[in-house]
Amino acid sequence: MTQWSGYLGLILQGALVTIELTLMGSVLALIMAFLAGIGRVSRFSIVRALATIYIEFFRGTSIFVQLFWAYFVLPFVGLSLTPLLAGVLALGLNVGAYAAEVVRGAILSIGREQYEACTALNLGRWQGMRHVILPQALLVMLPTFGNNAIELLKATSVVSLISLADLTFQAQVVRSQTGSTLMPFVSVLVIYFVLALIISWGVRSLERRMARGLDGVRV
Amino acid sequence: MPAPIIKVDAISKSFGTFKVLDGLSMQVMPGEKLALIGPSGSGKTTILRILMTLEKIDGGHIQIDGEQLYHMERNGRLLPADERHLAKMRQKIGMVFQLFNLFPHKCVMDNVTLAPMLTKGVARAAAEKRAMQLLDMVGLADKAKAMPAQLSGGQKQRVAIARALALSPKIMLFDEVTSALDPELVEEVLNVMRKLAAETDMTMLLVTHEMGFAHDFADRVLFFDRGRIVEEGKPDEIFRHPKQERTQGFLKKIIAAGHRV
Ligand SMILES: Nc1ncnc2c1ncn2[C@@H]1O[C@H](COP(=O)(O)OP(=O)(O)OP(=O)(O)O)[C@@H](O)[C@H]1O
Ligand SMILES: [Mg+2]
Repeated sequence: MTQWSGYLGLILQGALVTIELTLMGSVLALIMAFLAGIGRVSRFSIVRALATIYIEFFRGTSIFVQLFWAYFVLPFVGLSLTPLLAGVLALGLNVGAYAAEVVRGAILSIGREQYEACTALNLGRWQGMRHVILPQALLVMLPTFGNNAIELLKATSVVSLISLADLTFQAQVVRSQTGSTLMPFVSVLVIYFVLALIISWGVRSLERRMARGLDGVRV
Repeated sequence: MPAPIIKVDAISKSFGTFKVLDGLSMQVMPGEKLALIGPSGSGKTTILRILMTLEKIDGGHIQIDGEQLYHMERNGRLLPADERHLAKMRQKIGMVFQLFNLFPHKCVMDNVTLAPMLTKGVARAAAEKRAMQLLDMVGLADKAKAMPAQLSGGQKQRVAIARALALSPKIMLFDEVTSALDPELVEEVLNVMRKLAAETDMTMLLVTHEMGFAHDFADRVLFFDRGRIVEEGKPDEIFRHPKQERTQGFLKKIIAAGHRV
């Protein structure tokens, strides 16, 4: 029994790493999503082009390859990252590319009349974006952001390939040390599932909070 | 005689191959109240949108308050206006839309104070004080904290008027501001407009299908048809003694449709 609790401890340590990766990766993904998503609707063609290249590149190559590059190739250009940072970088850039399209779509979903009201009130392009368009677009983005965050959580398991001791990695360790397959794999299944539930629940309550009082939006 | 505050000189505007405005010219004097009437598709909305810089022109010139709207004078030459010039010119003009276009995520007070704070650097306290005066003027002082979704159409439109006024424009454009409203809410908005006309010396251009209101409100009525001004004159001349056949036909149709003149 005490042995099991020791192994459970290992798994929970892995869970902490997974949570850490998910949180940090999500922050980076969010930053990249807004940079590239807003860049996609910029009036400067060079900014649009850069944003498009980023998005297409990171959606068009696999997260494995991106992670290997972050961890094994970057050192050749003098940038050595810890496994954790390499994981955050690959996950954040990868999911950020998907989420950037969400940001762009949400911005474009805001009606022309809102942009025209901004012009009639003489708000600058960025002022209108920041105070009028983005706050409304955020509500459109949130549900999909929730999905993106869950995708990111599930993708964190790739870091076990660069020997970062995340949840999946620890499950393998426990399995090889105990010979038991059921216990470690049932535990990680439950933990991933609970983490995903927490994300959906968090996003949904955020959505409800933000939707309060808005036109035509479920409260 | 003072100079005109709006001088439209032979402007044209097409959407695709469809010519909406065809060499349109008109002048508006400071403080004048103008009603633009005419059949659907005659270009009334388009000319207001052009004055608000929401639509570009294909040819011609517009002067607002003695300055070119779509052009900048540089060393005696006229260049296309850049964003900075347009922003400067927009300070003189405000617009109220048919569908209000309030910011749904901001309360009434924030709808009114946002632009003065951002574009004129007015401090929040001063902006809110002025907003309260304006909301009081449109009869909505008690709704300052309400969200747009909690207001009736008539209330939304009155907020939209207060929001445009908060920037103290010299010229106000109103595009069918009552046509999206339930009939019983029309009057409360028209009352605000009457008050504005009586109490301020703003120049006001109003596109409307409310002929009775246009008659009482306007100093001058312009009848639009197919992108041109077919006839203009004092309300009595246009509504009682229209000279042009097309004006007569239009007014007959409007009266037949049950509008009061
Ligand atoms: N963005 C656009 N693209 C294409 N056609 C347009 C556009 N905006 C307006 N039009 C067309 O231009 C013509 C003039 O439109 P405008 O809205 O100025 O008419 P209006 O006099 O305001 O009519 P109404 O009384 O119906 O509001 C119409 O035939 C309209 O279909
Ligand atoms: Mg119109």
